[in-house]
Amino acid sequence: MEFKNPQEELERFRHRLGIAGGFVLFCFCLLFARFVWLQIVQHDYYQTRAEDNRISLVPIVPNRGLILDRKGEVLAHNYSAYTLELTPSRSRDLDKTIDALAEIIDIQPKDRKRFKKLLEESKNFESLPIRTRLTDEEVAKFIAHRYRFSGVDIKARLFRQYPGGAFASHILGYIGRTTERDEEKIEERDQEANYRGTEHFGKTGLELRYEFDLHGVTGFEKVEVDAGGHAVRTLTRSAPVAGNNLTLTIDAELQRIAEKAFGDRKGALVAIEPATGGLLAMVSVPNYDPNMFVDGIDTQNWRELNESPDKPMVNRALNGAYPPGSTFKPLMALAALTLGKRTPNQTISDPGFFNFGGHHFRDDKKGGHGLVDMYKSIVHSCDTYYYMLANDLGIDNISAFMGDLGLGQRTGVDIDGESEGVLPSQAWKKKRFKKPEQQKWYAGETISIGIGQGYNAYTPIQLAQAIATIANNGVMFRPHLVKFITDTRSGGKRLIEPSPLKTLALKQEHIDVVKNAMVGVNTEGTGARAFAGAEYVSAGKTGTAQVFSLKGAEYKEHSVKKELRDHALFVAFAPADKPTIALAVLVENGGFGAQAAAPIARQVLDYYLLGKKPKAPAPVDEDAVEAEKE
Amino acid sequence: MNILRNLWLRLIAPIDGPLMLMTALLALVALGMMASASPERIPNQLMNLLVALTVMRVMAQIPPQRLMHFALPVYLIGIFLLVGVALFGDISKGARRWLNLGFMRIQPSELMKIAMPLILAWFFQKHETMPRLRDYAVATLLLLIPLALIARQPDLGTAILVLAAGFYVIFFAGLPWKVLIGLAVSALAAAPLAWGLLHDYQRNRILTLIDPEKDPLGKGFHIIQSTIAIGSGGIFGKGWGLGSQAQLEFLPERHTDFIFAVFSEEIGLIGNLALLILYALLITRGLMISAYAATLFGRLLAGAITMIFFTYAFVNMGMVSGILPVVGVPLPFISYGGTALVTLCIGIGILMSIHKNRMLVQK
Repeated sequence: MEFKNPQEELERFRHRLGIAGGFVLFCFCLLFARFVWLQIVQHDYYQTRAEDNRISLVPIVPNRGLILDRKGEVLAHNYSAYTLELTPSRSRDLDKTIDALAEIIDIQPKDRKRFKKLLEESKNFESLPIRTRLTDEEVAKFIAHRYRFSGVDIKARLFRQYPGGAFASHILGYIGRTTERDEEKIEERDQEANYRGTEHFGKTGLELRYEFDLHGVTGFEKVEVDAGGHAVRTLTRSAPVAGNNLTLTIDAELQRIAEKAFGDRKGALVAIEPATGGLLAMVSVPNYDPNMFVDGIDTQNWRELNESPDKPMVNRALNGAYPPGSTFKPLMALAALTLGKRTPNQTISDPGFFNFGGHHFRDDKKGGHGLVDMYKSIVHSCDTYYYMLANDLGIDNISAFMGDLGLGQRTGVDIDGESEGVLPSQAWKKKRFKKPEQQKWYAGETISIGIGQGYNAYTPIQLAQAIATIANNGVMFRPHLVKFITDTRSGGKRLIEPSPLKTLALKQEHIDVVKNAMVGVNTEGTGARAFAGAEYVSAGKTGTAQVFSLKGAEYKEHSVKKELRDHALFVAFAPADKPTIALAVLVENGGFGAQAAAPIARQVLDYYLLGKKPKAPAPVDEDAVEAEKE
Repeated sequence: MNILRNLWLRLIAPIDGPLMLMTALLALVALGMMASASPERIPNQLMNLLVALTVMRVMAQIPPQRLMHFALPVYLIGIFLLVGVALFGDISKGARRWLNLGFMRIQPSELMKIAMPLILAWFFQKHETMPRLRDYAVATLLLLIPLALIARQPDLGTAILVLAAGFYVIFFAGLPWKVLIGLAVSALAAAPLAWGLLHDYQRNRILTLIDPEKDPLGKGFHIIQSTIAIGSGGIFGKGWGLGSQAQLEFLPERHTDFIFAVFSEEIGLIGNLALLILYALLITRGLMISAYAATLFGRLLAGAITMIFFTYAFVNMGMVSGILPVVGVPLPFISYGGTALVTLCIGIGILMSIHKNRMLVQK
């Protein structure tokens, strides 16, 4: 055995044990320091983070406000329906789960497509609908099989519904799933928190304009959640406040009658209560069914709607700009009186044309109307009178006067996206065209402006507003659809009906001249056939807007293709002495105003003033053609 | 009565009071935490405890001299089984750690935690004469063979524990400081090389440690949630059963590797300090036993086993509190799981036996 000192070796070993002990002490001190750091120094921070972890705010989406007509008829409401929803984070294999679901519940390929799309757009832990509007039978079936599916649930959700279907669709608009652009609007309004959990947003019409009134206040449930995001228990709850209800100025029955009066024709009708500017009816046909959009429209229907030559998605009342044709004449007459260019009794001699710079501006009536005063010029719609008048007034006077009446500018109706139309003037032409020779206004161009043709293009709502203003003796209102908003929480009503926009500087005697002539139109003039036998006194004016430039050739209705046929117009108000309704009707490619538009106005006025309901769409009065030419 | 009394006395004869007390206290903490974090596991844990204490009692009965005879066979069986795992092992969670023997599944790497200090202590006892460098080299080889097999399973946690066990023996056996420092320096130099050898998941664990917030829902989730649990516990804790992190399942593995976070959240800094003291006392007792052991084998074995307890405790608390990477090391005597508990109790049993036999040979 070699030399060895057990005692020394033991000492050395114990020394090393000591070192190990010291190391242990050091490491434990290190741990302790770490604990002190986490549990004392950083405690508040981690406390907060633990709270954040623990508590989750679950939004409770409020009931969207209702839309009611002026008499309380429900035009848009919500109904509760069962949806089958899947929480992707809780499902192992989505496709398999959906396949298995499809065995017990009808799931169409389009449902899958929609789900995929939602999945791409969704945030984590959200439950997404795979099927909407389950029947009670389907609900029962699923509940029997529920144990097989984790992360799949039946939920009762509220859906927007428009009970009238396509009825009044251009007024109501529709809601659809919230897009990024909608989210920007929500951010602008600083409403992000209030929109948590909301999946729909108004897209057009009142649903868009009054989105923030209709939406309501989102409620919140403070729930304790586990790491999987599952609610364990509710801590506190703040109830949602349903959105405010909109009560419209629209008379639903009137609207319905007006829509039906068009039959299968295209066009627009705007009826205004002159004393308030409230819209009684606003028709744009053809319509579309807004219910299609609520769950997300499928591509086929979308394409059909958008590619249809009838353009059902366009709100013609606000976005269609049409030459006013002869409906412009009463306004021209009023301008002449106001500006002192004509007196009511001043007559002109109408040879059937007006010669300006070697160009013949023809009158509709061959051989002319003979001696024509202001009354006759309106009643029989004499063109020559207005050719001359336009020439005498000059474009800038016309444009200024018509601009005061609201033509060529947005009326400010409470629906987004209204068109301006075109109020021609020298300044407008300069802006509109680029080449210098096009920018110049030619005096010859003023002539056809006088009979509502040429560059003139106004929306039906502008025409209706102008007529309503005359009916209201120059006191002008902003046309609007919402009468008042009912606050669901307080029950208080917030009136939207505005005070008058302005009172035009018109003389009552001048207005009376024009009104009187318009009464004449419906009793002995171009509107007489349509208003034969009416039990009230109405005032009106027919109009025909050229779609097709005839270049001197005579217009023969049947020889022109349907889409190139003239637009028929009619403006009216009644009762003549104390008007409660003023309107503008436009029938696209309807031919003469007296033919197609006046009978629609008659049905609407008959219902509004007498409560008479028509049995069929307004007739087309083929014989009225001659009447207009007389 | 007397018979029963005698039986009891014989039963507790080899038991070391302080060690038993500390083990019992830790076991109680374990049951308390289990009752909070996942009470359904208590019956199982009691079962495990019973088995482990029985094994401890058996080990305490075996004198160190007898134990020495087991050293080589146990080591060889361990190597044999590890090779078996490498060839036929079951894969679970991406790692090949289990060997299915038909009637039961075993994890041979666990055996190595005891077999390693045993064989090395035996080896140095055999070469009791002043060990030469060559002896250290052979010892290192004995260490590296099973280590390589475990590391490639891969099982980083066990590999670290086995490495630590082996290293402690060699260190206590008197590895010269010069060599030690040389090794440390070359280990540092080789670190970039080792990085290349690590599995992706192992690298991720280290990267996650450096910045867990980078991937809060992925790899960093465990560490973030456990540090939140500890930090939110504060000085006095949220109270037993009231830890929101633990109770609402934000804590992963909350009954096994991360049980310390539950403890910390609910009992607070006070509890942590008490636990550290408890471990420190256990380790002190173990080192004392080692210091007074009769033979070199006993000294080395007791010292290494004690330091393994320390390693378990330090690595686990370190990883849960976010200062060490997450490796699968349980909190000794507290984490749920039978295998680790049995291994630890074998260690306690051996310590008791060494203590009991401290005088015999010296006489």
